[in-house]
Amino acid sequence: MKRTISLTVNNRPYTFEVDDRKTLLEVLRKRLSLTGTKEGCGEGECGACTVIMDGQAVTSCLILAVEADGTDIETIEGQSIDEDISDVQQAFIDEGAVQCGFCTPGMVMSTEALLRRNPNPSDEDIRVALAGNLCRCTGYYTIIDAVKNAANKRGGKK
Amino acid sequence: MAEDIIGKSVERIDALAKVTGDAQYVHDLELQGMLHAKILKSPHAFADIVSIDTSKAEKLPGVWAVLTGEDVKQYKIGLYLVDKTILAVDKVRYHGEPVVAVAAETEEIAQHALELIEIEYNELEPVLDVKKATEKDSPIVHEDLGEYEHMEGVFFPEPGTNIANHFKIRKGDIDDGFAEADHIIENEFYLPQVNHVAMETHTSIARWKKGRKVKIWSSAQSPFAVRDLLGKGLGLPHESIEVVVPYVGGGFGGKAGIHFEPLVTLLSRAAGGRPVKFVASREEEFNSVPVRQALLSRFKTGVNEDGNIVAQEIEFLWDSGANADYGVNVTKAAGAAGCGPYEIDNVKLDSLTVYTNKLYGTAYRGFGHLEVLWATERQMEHVAKKLGMDPYELRKKNILRPGSRTITGEKLYEHSGSVGKCLDEVAKALNWDQKKEEPSAPHKARGRGLALLHKAPAMPTDVGAGALLKFNENGSVNLTLSLVDYGQGTYTALAQIVADQLSMPVDRVNVVWENNTETEPYDWQTVASKGLFISGNAVIDACKDLKKQMKEVAAGPLRASVDHIVLEDEKIYVNHHPDHYIEYKDIGMGYTYPNGNGIGGPLMGRGRYIAQGLTNMDKETGQGLPALDWTFGAHAVEVEIDKETGEYEVVKMASAFDLGRAINKQNVIGQIQGGMVQGFGSAVMEGYQFDGEGHIRTNTFTDYKIPTTMDIPKDFTPIIVETPQVDGPYGARGVAEHPMISVPPAIANAIQDALGITIDELPLTPENIIEHLENK
Repeated sequence: MKRTISLTVNNRPYTFEVDDRKTLLEVLRKRLSLTGTKEGCGEGECGACTVIMDGQAVTSCLILAVEADGTDIETIEGQSIDEDISDVQQAFIDEGAVQCGFCTPGMVMSTEALLRRNPNPSDEDIRVALAGNLCRCTGYYTIIDAVKNAANKRGGKK
Repeated sequence: MAEDIIGKSVERIDALAKVTGDAQYVHDLELQGMLHAKILKSPHAFADIVSIDTSKAEKLPGVWAVLTGEDVKQYKIGLYLVDKTILAVDKVRYHGEPVVAVAAETEEIAQHALELIEIEYNELEPVLDVKKATEKDSPIVHEDLGEYEHMEGVFFPEPGTNIANHFKIRKGDIDDGFAEADHIIENEFYLPQVNHVAMETHTSIARWKKGRKVKIWSSAQSPFAVRDLLGKGLGLPHESIEVVVPYVGGGFGGKAGIHFEPLVTLLSRAAGGRPVKFVASREEEFNSVPVRQALLSRFKTGVNEDGNIVAQEIEFLWDSGANADYGVNVTKAAGAAGCGPYEIDNVKLDSLTVYTNKLYGTAYRGFGHLEVLWATERQMEHVAKKLGMDPYELRKKNILRPGSRTITGEKLYEHSGSVGKCLDEVAKALNWDQKKEEPSAPHKARGRGLALLHKAPAMPTDVGAGALLKFNENGSVNLTLSLVDYGQGTYTALAQIVADQLSMPVDRVNVVWENNTETEPYDWQTVASKGLFISGNAVIDACKDLKKQMKEVAAGPLRASVDHIVLEDEKIYVNHHPDHYIEYKDIGMGYTYPNGNGIGGPLMGRGRYIAQGLTNMDKETGQGLPALDWTFGAHAVEVEIDKETGEYEVVKMASAFDLGRAINKQNVIGQIQGGMVQGFGSAVMEGYQFDGEGHIRTNTFTDYKIPTTMDIPKDFTPIIVETPQVDGPYGARGVAEHPMISVPPAIANAIQDALGITIDELPLTPENIIEHLENK
């Protein structure tokens, strides 16, 4: 069945008709061409599809598009304007936290959500916040460093 | 500027595209008119296909192509042993094998079409035990083994059996060796199949074109291998195939060779040339895509009272699963390193690739070495225990040194790298010579373990690669090569090499990211930790060629001999007149005199390199020279274990690798950390499980766990040892695979030290530990 939904994605308002079986991930990638959000499993286990929905990090493959009706969505594409990238993105570059890059958008979004609710995370907080984001390349060390780096720059830990 | 670019932690050239989501993977590509493919998979491990009825699916609106084994049975695909068909033909040989493929206008229609297909199977008794598979009365998985094409003189299938290859090493005299030994120690070791778990699943798009041509976009490690194997398999000339590889979301060997490219090609042809995309689901990634083989090892070691190992007899039974195309080479390459990094005078080694009705084996980071060294490094611990000797001392006594000969008869030199240095570095990092720390609670125990490793690239003797450098109008350069950077960071290292060679800033070197077989020079494959070595040398060669041309053209306007012309900081000048120069941008497209005369034309540097002096190994003795270079390494681990639950934590770990020269330190550390954690996954949690009928029980992330941020060792020290490789670029040798090798035995050895139990089967789960404690 088709339903009309309205939502904001990266500060841009959208209203469109959507099949009520489609996930938010499918809509972002196929309908809105926001392919920076990745699909790694489709089961909510790998975190590659993480976006921020009303301030919370969510796995967009487990959310139906119709559930996103009326929400505010942020994706990786909204984290930079041209060359002007976020402090989290810069920290990922500086710490060498990127290898194949497929998990990176999800990692960046989970980090962004973490730092907004907890600007001064402990190592354990970081590990817990990123436990749902799988990475097979880095072994996570540089990613954890990147989160700390971003937290420091944002003025959490001095 | 240029002198210190080598070794510097230059920012990855792909980092910005990846942190912003700008990097486009095949997953992200959509073509006009593109159809979506789905596959129907075998529910059985071994069965005859009695009938397939696709008539209802074909009539479903929106379905453009339906293919079964009958439609594709004339095509065989393979690299080393050509035993694969594109879809199951007459028989299914593993649970998850693709049987029917459909291309339709939407994924939903394709899925619906699959539900309309009726298949009747006649189940057969599956071959599930690798040991039983070698017995005379075992059912045969491939009755046509004798007819399969294979690399003659390199692989040795035994038709009429399940043995797809038998690789042998015979060094010294094994009987004399055992006769001389004071002790003989025999053990068996096992580890299960493991999945690569690249975050991007296998994805391919093909567009069939008029004139029997095809263009392919694929998440592949090796565009030229895809082209070559597709061409040979489908009978298409090489020049009619174009393979494009954009960003790739991890490979680890799983995207080496060829996978779904032939299937989407044939679907596109059947659909009248509409492009067809296939994206493996995560379940298919666990079920239908090849894996790391399981291995059963038997070791018999003869050792003297003083710790000198004098003889070793080894049998490796590799559970290759239903196909052995790649497995045969794993068996050979890892067999050639089968004693570990030790000098042993008398060796008898038999390494057998064995067909079973399981998911089939392929390359996986380490190419058999994690499996083999699981056994050698556990066996060393058994030997040390028997002798009552410190495992460090036992290893130190037997390691390969300058002047040693490997089991294939290769002599090592000072410049071959040093496993001894790696061992000492990690031992020092964990204070091996001091007492262990006390456990944090009375019900806990602490233990320390060591493990060594070595690996050479597993590749044909004549592997080569090319590189092309072209000037841009502003004096920057474009580097093209078909080595694929799917996350290793090689392109950044190569940009650093070009910057150093041409004396220009690294951001003026544009390494062309997207690979394309139409425009790029050849490379065999991106595998084996040979990328930086071979392509690095090819890139240096291209730089030399370009510099020669720059000097020749500049010699005219500078009115000087090429011998006295210097290239520095993007300027060309005669060595004693640095202020009178020509900028690179004024010569890259040819030089123009003030009167308008032009000379030189656009400059292009051509580079090439091929492995030199390598030989095939003798069929009966395995003697020969297969190793481009050896990278040695060592791990030291300290664990704390709860004796009541078997739960444990790696509280401290250090890993050292003699990688010759780190071109980019940050990226090298990243490789070591990431590799170590992959090895940690193999050690503590990963492994396929099958039920009694051969059905895969671990095909989701719920059942098949990989390490997360919560699991990794908190205190890990990566250590770089640099003994320059004479023929490596700037002395570098590969280190992509090595960090994961020997992590499992290092942890098992630490568990043995803590609890006195000997676990010789992976993974090292708490349940496994408790079981051994109860049986102690």
